[in-house]
Amino acid sequence: MSTPLGFARSTVGRKVIMALTGLLLVGFVTGHVAGNLLVFKGPGMLNAYGALLKSSAVVLWTVRLVMLTAVGLHVWAALTLIRLNQVSRPVAYTKQVPQASTLAARLMRAGGILLLVFIVFHLLHFTTGTIHPGYTFSETDVYSNVVSSFQVPWVALFYILAMVALLAHLSHGIWSFFQTMGWNHPRFNTARRVFATVLALIVSLGFIAIPSAILGGMLR
Amino acid sequence: MSINLKPNVPDGPLAQKWDRHKFDLKLVNPANKRKHTIIMVGSGLAGGSAAATLGELGYNVHCFCYQDSPRRAHSIAAQGGINAAKNYPNDGDSIWRLFYDTVKGGDFRSREANVYRLAQVSVNIIDQCVAQGVPFAREYGGLLANRSFGGAQVSRTFYARGQTGQQLLLGAYSALERQIAAGKVTMHSRSEMLDLIVIDGQARGIVTRDMVTGKIETWFGDAVVLGTGGYGNVFYLSTNAKGCNVTAAYRAYKRGAAFANPCFTQIHPTCIPVAGDHQSKLTLMSESLRNDGRVWVPKKKGDTRAPGAIPEAERDYYLERKYPSFGNLAPRDISSRSAKEVCDEGRGVGPGGRGVYLDFADAISRLGEDTIRERYGNLFEMYERITDENPYKVPMRIYPAVHYTMGGLWVDYNLMGTIDGLFVIGEANFSDHGANRLGASALMQGLADGYFVLPYTIGNYIATRKFATVDGTHPEARAVVGQVGDRIARLLAVQGTRTVDSFHRELGLLLWEHCGMARNAEGLRAALARIPELRAEFWRDVKVLGTGEELNQSLEKAGRVADYMEFAELMCRDALEREESCGGHFRTEYQTPDGEAKRDDARFAHVAAWEYTGDDTPPVRHVEPLHYENIELATRSYK
Amino acid sequence: MNLTLHVWRQPGAGAPGRLVRYEARDVSPDMSFLEMLDVVNEGLIGKGEAPIAFDHDCREGICGSCGVMINGVAHGPMAGTATCQLHMRSFKDGDEIVIEPWRARAFPVLRDLIVDRSPLDRIIQAGGYISIATGNAPDAHTILVPKEDAESAMDAAQCIGCGACVAACPNASAMLFTAAKVSHLGLLPQGQPERDRRAVRMVTQMDLEGFGGCTNYGECTAACPKGISLETIARMNRDYRVASLRARPESTAAAGP
Ligand SMILES: Cc1cc2nc3c(=O)[nH]c(=O)nc-3n(C[C@H](O)[C@H](O)[C@H](O)COP(=O)(O)OP(=O)(O)OC[C@H]3O[C@@H](n4cnc5c(N)ncnc54)[C@H](O)[C@@H]3O)c2cc1C
Ligand code: HEM
Ligand code: HEM
Ligand code: SF4
Ligand code: F3S
Ligand code: FES
Repeated sequence: MSTPLGFARSTVGRKVIMALTGLLLVGFVTGHVAGNLLVFKGPGMLNAYGALLKSSAVVLWTVRLVMLTAVGLHVWAALTLIRLNQVSRPVAYTKQVPQASTLAARLMRAGGILLLVFIVFHLLHFTTGTIHPGYTFSETDVYSNVVSSFQVPWVALFYILAMVALLAHLSHGIWSFFQTMGWNHPRFNTARRVFATVLALIVSLGFIAIPSAILGGMLR
Repeated sequence: MSINLKPNVPDGPLAQKWDRHKFDLKLVNPANKRKHTIIMVGSGLAGGSAAATLGELGYNVHCFCYQDSPRRAHSIAAQGGINAAKNYPNDGDSIWRLFYDTVKGGDFRSREANVYRLAQVSVNIIDQCVAQGVPFAREYGGLLANRSFGGAQVSRTFYARGQTGQQLLLGAYSALERQIAAGKVTMHSRSEMLDLIVIDGQARGIVTRDMVTGKIETWFGDAVVLGTGGYGNVFYLSTNAKGCNVTAAYRAYKRGAAFANPCFTQIHPTCIPVAGDHQSKLTLMSESLRNDGRVWVPKKKGDTRAPGAIPEAERDYYLERKYPSFGNLAPRDISSRSAKEVCDEGRGVGPGGRGVYLDFADAISRLGEDTIRERYGNLFEMYERITDENPYKVPMRIYPAVHYTMGGLWVDYNLMGTIDGLFVIGEANFSDHGANRLGASALMQGLADGYFVLPYTIGNYIATRKFATVDGTHPEARAVVGQVGDRIARLLAVQGTRTVDSFHRELGLLLWEHCGMARNAEGLRAALARIPELRAEFWRDVKVLGTGEELNQSLEKAGRVADYMEFAELMCRDALEREESCGGHFRTEYQTPDGEAKRDDARFAHVAAWEYTGDDTPPVRHVEPLHYENIELATRSYK
Repeated sequence: MNLTLHVWRQPGAGAPGRLVRYEARDVSPDMSFLEMLDVVNEGLIGKGEAPIAFDHDCREGICGSCGVMINGVAHGPMAGTATCQLHMRSFKDGDEIVIEPWRARAFPVLRDLIVDRSPLDRIIQAGGYISIATGNAPDAHTILVPKEDAESAMDAAQCIGCGACVAACPNASAMLFTAAKVSHLGLLPQGQPERDRRAVRMVTQMDLEGFGGCTNYGECTAACPKGISLETIARMNRDYRVASLRARPESTAAAGP
């Protein structure tokens, strides 16, 4: 049954798909956070960056397609596994006490779903501009989009909440990635933990900085 | 019906008997093998390896075990190791020496030819297991490691940490599962054999109870093999698993199979002492501990000081004192008995004074705690878990416990019992260990029987017999099924006041008292008088709830204990008739002035095989004389 | 000491079950957990009530028969210890103890605390062996096994097949059990020829049996009486991935559930 289909159907295969797509997503958010932090360098820089991203339609759309499939596969794998794992224990324990699992690991499902909601909202929010509570969306002025939107408290807070979910998701996800790919070795295991936590912190705190700064009136 | 104890040992020089015999055995042509079905009761080292091998050969095999998986057979619990005459360490071992050690260790009460064959195939066993992926201990060079084990002066024991039995069984189990997947073996877990079906003098089938649904079923084949293990649990407290039973073997005995040397039971010297009357089983501490531990008790009676507070001068390292050349490695029966002696003298330690010290202080100061941890780490943990004492700091307390039964159904050189087509392998037969088994030899025997002996001899049987087709409608089968049903109904009908366990406990104590480490005519007579009464009380007053048509663990136990109640009597009879001391059978009347076992080769150099003649008539004792053509009988001395 | 037990009672497969309360009087700390249940059962029989059914055999932590959830922890509070080796000194007077069977779709309850673990056997049937027939083996010393490999293989081979990993896993996944066997054989030279095939077949069978998938919670290792490590799971993930990429499609007639 080692056909591509069998692989994708197996629980282990789906985890690998989730890991690889997860890796892409991590790569994306890392780059994305770097880019977005330009907001602190003023409108010029960020808008230039935004323009740069859009400069070549080909590149832009290939990237978008890749990311879209990645998210699609990732979510598909995630949701099907979540479903399987729910039905695998029809009768729940009256009492079960976690012995080893981290909170992050246990938040993977909920956090993931929240991220899904976030991403959809986010695209409608900044990319298409379909939703733009309390301000007018501009195709070109990314800076004002960001700043004016985060002046609406609930939007900012929703983003921050999503970023907290991202923190949890990545801190387990990146560690888990190595386990799923089969890279577990007593020599590197501590380094693995540290790497996952640090990267997760950098990315999510980087993101969080933006809405917080705007909410705190540091950027206007 | 009178039985025939012809050993069918092939002639010719000892070293060539087996090879010649293999050549003389008739073969079943491959195309015909699939037309023959074999009933295999037991999935331990013996049953599991045999079922797998017979499946590989092309027979249809039905394999049965009472656990929920064949992997749980009690062979899994074996800790120490398995012997083989590989002579890898180049320390002077050889097939001949293993053969000699085994016969001598068995106190010259085993059949030369069988033991020699065992030593011969021992080397193939290791090859087979390694190829299966058994992770035996290795040296840094990548070669197999060996250790020395009780009763031997060479290092011929192969081991996988303290879990040799587990690893060997998982090897056999994987081979078995492979045949199950291939459709050659049909596995029946959670099914207990309750009787044997003999048709026209041939063992043709068994009756089982499905332990989940309670369904009584019949299974038929051209031969029935019992690999059902030992009966040590007749003592209630033993190192055996709770489910170990004599039922299969005893039912076969009642259908005409002779039972050999039932009184030959082995008491293991290094077990964790009894903690209280809630005790449900005893835990073995591998004998390998005796390689580094020193056994001692205080010199003075009733010395209640903490072990640390007792100065060297006031300690009695009695094994080293009495057996300078073997010291703490003296064979099991001897070490066990010495422990009992010192405790009887009132020098025992721990609660109830039923224990002796096994002290690692010297070894730790000599080799360092780390080396000891590396060697026995898991055993020390197990000890601490059970006793809540840290053996790295305070000496272990150990006491002998029933461990192994050398006695079993009588079999000839082909491992066939006195019923045609009934083969018996592993601990369930009486064959190779005489009156006492050497450490690490039971695993060897189980696998020898299953992988390398039975598959040949059973083929010869099948090739040379005619088999009428039989099924559940056969009157004999009907009759047996009826009897099995009645028995279950009777057990459920008693509805008395006492639990099965309480009866089992009482029986166990009685045997331990009178038919345990040391026996004498008076005690045995007392037991023989008491057992029938106890049995009567059992049938009058036992309380088994529930029905037969459900998962009913009390009913399972009740059936086993009912058989023990009868079997115990046979044991005591055998012990009483054997007026000598040999190996595990120590009759206090027959000992040298310095308390050593005194054999009587003139009168008892034979196997005693018992024939069942009816519930109300005494069993008949038959003998198979033992001839020693290649080694002469010597008095066993480990001084 | 005196304890209050809440034990899952279920007369048979499929039948409805519930937690029933029992008082365990003067329990000795030297008793094993199962001996405590023995005593409770003796009492129940005395009162004419059906004794609590539970699986057990060796009672020395090696056969893998025993195993129950004790206060929400598989095999109870003591790490690296099977239920039969757990002693009552791990509890204190007045404790309330909830005792439940392993729960998983693949492990239906047969009665009270007894479940059907036959899926584990079928996973082994799918490929948990080295395909050699009796008598075909070369001399043992012709196969060299580096000590480290032998030791790591042994670490994995220690699995007693108790199913606690499944019981403890929030997803009721049998990854640790399956990975232990894949690791044991995959680490040895003897196991190489079938390494790919074994990984693919065993994982496939594991999925067929209706276990959950692994999301790297790590509860299994914590519950495992033999401390089988997460490294084995990583190893199986790798073997399966590599095998799926390089092995040619084969039609595995994996034993159905
Ligand atoms: C604690 C301990 C440690 C030991 N250590 C060593 C050691 O280090 N070295 C050594 O050589 N030997 C050792 N031994 C002895 C050795 O383990 C056993 O003698 C040997 O494993 C017996 O194997 P077997 O296959 O004959 O029986 P078992 O392994 O006991 O198998 C019996 C099989 O028969 C089945 N069965 C029994 N009754 C029935 C029935 N009525 N219906 C259906 N099925 C039934 C059981 O389910 C089981 O599958 C040890 C024994 C014990 C108890
Ligand atoms: C505070 C946090 C974030 C801010 C301020 C932010 C900002 C933006 C902006 C301004 C855009 C539009 C870029 C443009 O059209 O020129 C964008 C696009 C996008 N963001 Fe974010 N983002 C944040 C967090 C995230 C996170 C956490 C993710 C992923 C989980 C994410 C995924 C995306 C994606 C997929 C796009 C679409 C890129 C494309 O145009 O194809 N963003 N983001
Ligand atoms: C869009 C909705 C998302 C959902 C529903 C989701 C869900 C999940 C789930 C359930 C897992 C499995 C947890 C595990 O196996 O340990 C997972 C793993 C992972 N996710 Fe997500 N996730 C989503 C988005 C993301 C994003 C945006 C990223 C990166 C920024 C990401 C990165 C990862 C990584 C790296 C893993 C680890 C894969 C592995 O375990 O090997 N996920 N995700
Ligand atoms: S891996 Fe551990 S918990 Fe799982 S079955 Fe094996 S021994 Fe039990
Ligand atoms: S707990 Fe379950 S999720 Fe994986 S790591 Fe262990 S199997
Ligand atoms: S009863 Fe054998 S492991 Fe617990």
